Amino acid sequence: MIGIGRVGRLLLIGVPFLWLALFFLLPLLIVVKISVAESVVGIPPYTPLVTRDAAGFKLQATLANFALLASDQLYLRAYLGSLANAALATVLCLLLGYPIAYAIALARGARRQLLLFLVMLPFWTSFLIRVYAWIAILEPNGLLNEFLIGVGLIATPLPLLNNQFSVELGLVYSYLPFMILPLYGSLSTLDESLIEAAADLGARPFRVFLGVILPLTLPGIAAGSLLVLVPAIGEFVIPDLLGGPDTLMIGKVLWDEFFNNRDWPVASAVAVVLVAALAVPILGARKYLDRAQAA
Amino acid sequence: MTLTRGIRTTVLLLGFAFLYAPIVLLVLYSFNASRLVTVWAGFSTRWYGELSKNEGFRAAALTSLEVAVLAATIALVLGALAGFSMSRFSRFRGRTLFGFALLAPLVVPEVILGLSLLLLFFNCESWIGWPSRGIPTITVAHATFGACFVSVLVRAQLAGFDRALEEAALDLGARPWTVLVRITLPGISPALISGWLLAFTLSLDDLVIASFVTGPSATTLPMAVFSSVRLGVSPEVNALATLFLTVVFVLVALAFWLTAREERRRRIRG
Repeated sequence: MIGIGRVGRLLLIGVPFLWLALFFLLPLLIVVKISVAESVVGIPPYTPLVTRDAAGFKLQATLANFALLASDQLYLRAYLGSLANAALATVLCLLLGYPIAYAIALARGARRQLLLFLVMLPFWTSFLIRVYAWIAILEPNGLLNEFLIGVGLIATPLPLLNNQFSVELGLVYSYLPFMILPLYGSLSTLDESLIEAAADLGARPFRVFLGVILPLTLPGIAAGSLLVLVPAIGEFVIPDLLGGPDTLMIGKVLWDEFFNNRDWPVASAVAVVLVAALAVPILGARKYLDRAQAA
Repeated sequence: MTLTRGIRTTVLLLGFAFLYAPIVLLVLYSFNASRLVTVWAGFSTRWYGELSKNEGFRAAALTSLEVAVLAATIALVLGALAGFSMSRFSRFRGRTLFGFALLAPLVVPEVILGLSLLLLFFNCESWIGWPSRGIPTITVAHATFGACFVSVLVRAQLAGFDRALEEAALDLGARPWTVLVRITLPGISPALISGWLLAFTLSLDDLVIASFVTGPSATTLPMAVFSSVRLGVSPEVNALATLFLTVVFVLVALAFWLTAREERRRRIRG
């Protein structure tokens, strides 16, 4: 803005910039630093990066933690498990979310506002509570099993909790609103005359969907997929509360390394690899997101 | 597309049933006299009584509220400044890095945000003896990611803001700071209100980051709830969740209603 002056400008930009540099960027660098340290018993529980002895300063960095990640099957399986769980959740959210977003976009006036409000409400309520709510439903003697036994569909309780099924269900349930909102954003700005034109030219409804609607809502699909995939990969609460012994997800591995094994360097190395792995989908989706912002 | 009314209604009913059934059941069973989920032993407010006697939950709730109010307020100031800078200054040194640092915390997993901040606080404490881990460190952590959410909302609102109003005020002789405070700030007030509320609820809800950066002195409500539900379903937590959901519902409905009213007014004026 004109006339605010150099000092004012410096203040407006500088204060939040400095804060983020100090409390977001610098901490990430510290993680990288500690990921090349060795774990020791004591405080701090890792070796310093630079040591000083009679010969002068000495750089003390090791790639042992990363070698451990590469050699121990646990970590590789946890990374791949997270990716597979999150990818499946993304696809399921897309399949479930698209019709819902479409139906909302077709609603009018106050009805549409109400539907949007209902989609956004879970986003404001406690994530922890929403995940926890499923335990009572999925338990061996929980509501769903009791109901199924009650109506005579099954004789013995199904194993619904503490396995892959419950983790996947939890992921889809928790992240569905994150998919619906960007899809709705794309669908609500759709130019209806294009759809009518395609229909007038003789395209069947399914063909209209594939040829016109789907390509035009790609930015929404990309944004929604990113908002589901990325947080789902690093998820901790869902695999911890709904997962079982066979659930391996990297967010939980990092948590356990830190809180249970108290191995800060390995936890840091897990974090560094995770950030690097997440950069791939983020950069991939940016292309579509930039286009969406330009539109 | 030819989606019939029937299909649309079915889709919406099924979708919202999926989203809301667990929450509705949880609220329902908070009034169950029995400790068991599957046994309905009649309506009772017993668990609300037990909850009010639970000192651990009460202390944790107070800690969470204190952190959330402080963090949301800091986040509001930082996020408004950041959103304004990004939207109004198209060129300055480090703008790309700044933009990255504003958006990345929205997608970086909480475990990483938590771990990295803990390492910072830990190092800081051993170098300069400050800060001791607890309420201050959780507040700083929550303010940081809250500010990023606020900045997104402020940027979105500024993008649709009529610059002619500011220019008119400048032409009429108002000083730039006056214009900022009297024209721009009220203009983005819906984003500021919803931004504060969002930062507040995010802080109130956070388990992972707070668990990393806290010390032995401070337990937040999600941490207390988490250690309790790890052992299984607890009717007291159901009661607590119901209270929490009620408060959130009222706040969000109020924010929605305010924004809708504001928009209606604008449409009439415009």
